[in-house]
Amino acid sequence: MLKIENLHATVGGKGILKGLDLKIGPGEIHAIMGPNGSGKSTLSYVLSGREGYEVTEGTVTYQGRDLLAMEPEERAGAGIFLAFQYPVEIPGVPNTTFLREAVNAVRKYKGEPGLDPMAFMKVLRAKIKELQVPDDLIKRAVNAGFSGGEKKRNEILQMALLDPTLAILDETDSGLDIDALKTVADGVNAMRSPDRSVLVITHYQRLLDYIVPDHVHVLAHGRIVRSGGKELARELEKTGYAAFTGEAA
Amino acid sequence: MAANVETIEQVQATEKYKYGFVTDIESETAPKGLSEDIVRFISQKKNEPEWLLEWRLKAYRHWLTMPEPQWAHVVFPPLDYQDSYYYSAPKSKSDGPKSLEEVDPELLRTYEKLGIPLKEQEMLAGVAVDAVFDSVSVATTFKGKLEEQGIIFCPISEAVQNHPELVRKYLGSVVPAADNKHACLNSAVFTDGSFVYIPKGVRCPMELSTYFRINAANTGQFERTLLIADAGSYVSYLEGCTAPMRDENQLHAAVVELIALDDAEIKYSTVQNWYPGDENGVGGIYNFVTKRGACRGHNSKISWTQVETGSAITWKYPSCILQGDNSVGEFYSVAITNNMQQADTGTKMIHLGKNTRSRIISKGISAGRSQQTYRGLVKISPKAQGARNHTQCDSLLIGDTCGAHTVPYIECRNRGAVVEHEATTSKISEDQLFYCRQRGISQEDAVALVVNGFCREVLQQLPMEFAVEAQKLVGISLEGSVG
Repeated sequence: MLKIENLHATVGGKGILKGLDLKIGPGEIHAIMGPNGSGKSTLSYVLSGREGYEVTEGTVTYQGRDLLAMEPEERAGAGIFLAFQYPVEIPGVPNTTFLREAVNAVRKYKGEPGLDPMAFMKVLRAKIKELQVPDDLIKRAVNAGFSGGEKKRNEILQMALLDPTLAILDETDSGLDIDALKTVADGVNAMRSPDRSVLVITHYQRLLDYIVPDHVHVLAHGRIVRSGGKELARELEKTGYAAFTGEAA
Repeated sequence: MAANVETIEQVQATEKYKYGFVTDIESETAPKGLSEDIVRFISQKKNEPEWLLEWRLKAYRHWLTMPEPQWAHVVFPPLDYQDSYYYSAPKSKSDGPKSLEEVDPELLRTYEKLGIPLKEQEMLAGVAVDAVFDSVSVATTFKGKLEEQGIIFCPISEAVQNHPELVRKYLGSVVPAADNKHACLNSAVFTDGSFVYIPKGVRCPMELSTYFRINAANTGQFERTLLIADAGSYVSYLEGCTAPMRDENQLHAAVVELIALDDAEIKYSTVQNWYPGDENGVGGIYNFVTKRGACRGHNSKISWTQVETGSAITWKYPSCILQGDNSVGEFYSVAITNNMQQADTGTKMIHLGKNTRSRIISKGISAGRSQQTYRGLVKISPKAQGARNHTQCDSLLIGDTCGAHTVPYIECRNRGAVVEHEATTSKISEDQLFYCRQRGISQEDAVALVVNGFCREVLQQLPMEFAVEAQKLVGISLEGSVG
C-alpha cells in the first residue's frame, strides 16, 4: 500500500526528516508517536504534498505509484486523506457546498459520475446521522466559528464521505475532550476495513486506547527509532520520550 | 451548489475569453469623429423633437469646455474622441422589427452564443429583455404583458416618441448633462438604452433585463437608461454585458438615472463582463459609467448591486441621493480585477432627508498585476437628522503584484448622525487552498470557491439567475491567477 524509504525532507532549508522508513500494508493501522518537533506533522504534509515541504532524498511509493510526483489533488483522488491538526476556515462557503465539491472531485478521479445536489444530500444526511454530526454543522460555512471538537468531527465526516484508501490523522486528538475523542474514534473504527489503511499521528497515548493500532512507531529527530505492537504505546506513556530522543541524538 | 460545479466545467472548457467573437452585420455608420453635425445626425436618425436636439447640443458645447476627470487611480493614454464612430445601427428593412421573427437571425445566433436565447427566455424564464445591439434596440419581449399593468419598458428612443412628457421631465434630472465629462458626452451623443416607468402602486411582475453588447469596431457605446418608479411601486432591473475581442480600446460611457418616488423601491443589479484586454493589457473596454439614483419620495429605497469583472478600466460609482425622509440607499459590490485591469469604483451616499439610511458592502478582489480602488463618499447634510450609514469594505489580494486601495470620504454635518466604516485587507491563504486541494479540488476551483465565499454577502443580493451567472464569472475571471 504505502512504502516510504530513506525519506529526507526539509522545511525552509532546515532538515526535518532524516532517513525515515515505513511500510504500511492494506487494512493496517499504524500509529506514529513522538515528541514535539520530531517531524510528525512534516511527515503528514510530505505525504499529502503540501508546498514548502521539500523532499531531498528517498522515495514514497503508494499503490505502486511514485507518490511524490503527484499533485495534492491527485493524491486525494488516489485515496489519500489527511485529517488536519488545524482544520482551515473558509468563510462564506457553506459546508455542504464544500463537501459536495470535494466528493465530486474525488469521484471524478475515480472515473465515477458526479452527484447532483439531491443525490448528494441523501448521502450526506445518511452520513451525519451515522456519525451523529449535528445538522447545523453542514449548513454553516466551512469550519468558520466551529469549536475544536466540531472541526475534528467535520474532518471525520469528510473522511467518511471521501472513503479514502489511506487516512492520515494528524494529531486528531489535540483539543478534544474525552466525549469528542470517543465520537471521533468511533467514526474511525467504523471505517476499519481490509482495504483501508490508517496512519495515526499523535503525541499522546490516550487516542490509541480508542483507535487500537496494529503497529506503533516512535519518531525522533526525523527517523523511526523504534517499532513495536500496541503495547509500545503504553510503555511510552510510562517512560516518556526522553530515552528515545537521547538515543537518537 | 450547482453553480460551483458549472464553474468547474466552464473553467475547464474555457481557456480564453469566451465571448471573443464578432458578428458580421453590415452597419449603417456615421462618419468617424465628433462634431455638432454628428450630434445633429444622431438626433435626426432618431427623429427626435427639437427640445432634445437642443439639449444634446448644449451638452456637446459644454463638453468641449470640460476637463477630463483626473482623480481616479487609473492610467491610460489620452482619449482621441475624433478617432471613433458615434453611430452605427444594424440595417433594418423598415422601422425595426415588431417581433422576434423579424430580427436578423445572425443577431439571434449571437445572443445564443452569449447564453441568452431570446425565444427560450420568452417562454421559460419570464424575463423581458430589451436587447441593445450596437446602439440600437432590436428586440423587446414581454411588452404586452407589461403594458397590461401600465408598465412602460422600451428603448429610450421609442419613449422619446411615445412618452415625451415623461422623458422631458426626468431626463438629466439626476445626472445633469454637465455632471462630468463622460456623462456630458453621453448626453450629447447617446444612441440608445432603456426606458422604464412603473405606475403608481404597481409591483412589476418580472425582472426586467437588458443585455448590452459592443460589436462594431471603434464604436463608442453611449447607453442612456432612465427608470422611474412612481409612488408605491416596485421594480427589479437586471443589466448584464459581454463584448467581443478587440485590439483597440473601446469607450463605453453610459448614464443610468433612477428615480424613486414616495414608498417606491428600485433594485438595480449589474453583471459587467466587458472584454478586459489580454494578459498584457492590450485591448479591452474603457468603462466610464455614471449611475445615480434619487430617492425623491419619503420611505423610498434604491439598491444597487454590481458584479464587475470585465473592462480594461472601470470608472464607476453608482450612487444614491437620499432626499425623501426615511429613504434608504444600498450599494453591494463585487469587483474583480486580474492581469492588467484597473478599477476605480465605489459609491456616493448623499443624505439629505431625515432618518435616511445607507448601507455599503464592497468586496474587491485583485489578482495579476491589476490595481483596484474603492472610492466612496458618505455625506450627511445638516438637515439629515437621525441619518445612519454603515460601510464595510473588504479587499482580497491574490499574489503579490496587484494592488488594493481604499479611499473613503466621510462628510458629516449633523451631530445626530451615525456613520460607521469598517475595512479589511487580506490575502488568499495558502492554508485554504491546500485544504481544498487535499480534498481533491483543483487549484483553480479552490480559488473560485474561496473567492465566491468571500463575495457571498453581495452575491446573495442578486436575483437567482444572475447569482448563478455571477458565480461562474468569479471563477472564469480569476483563471490563471494562482500557481
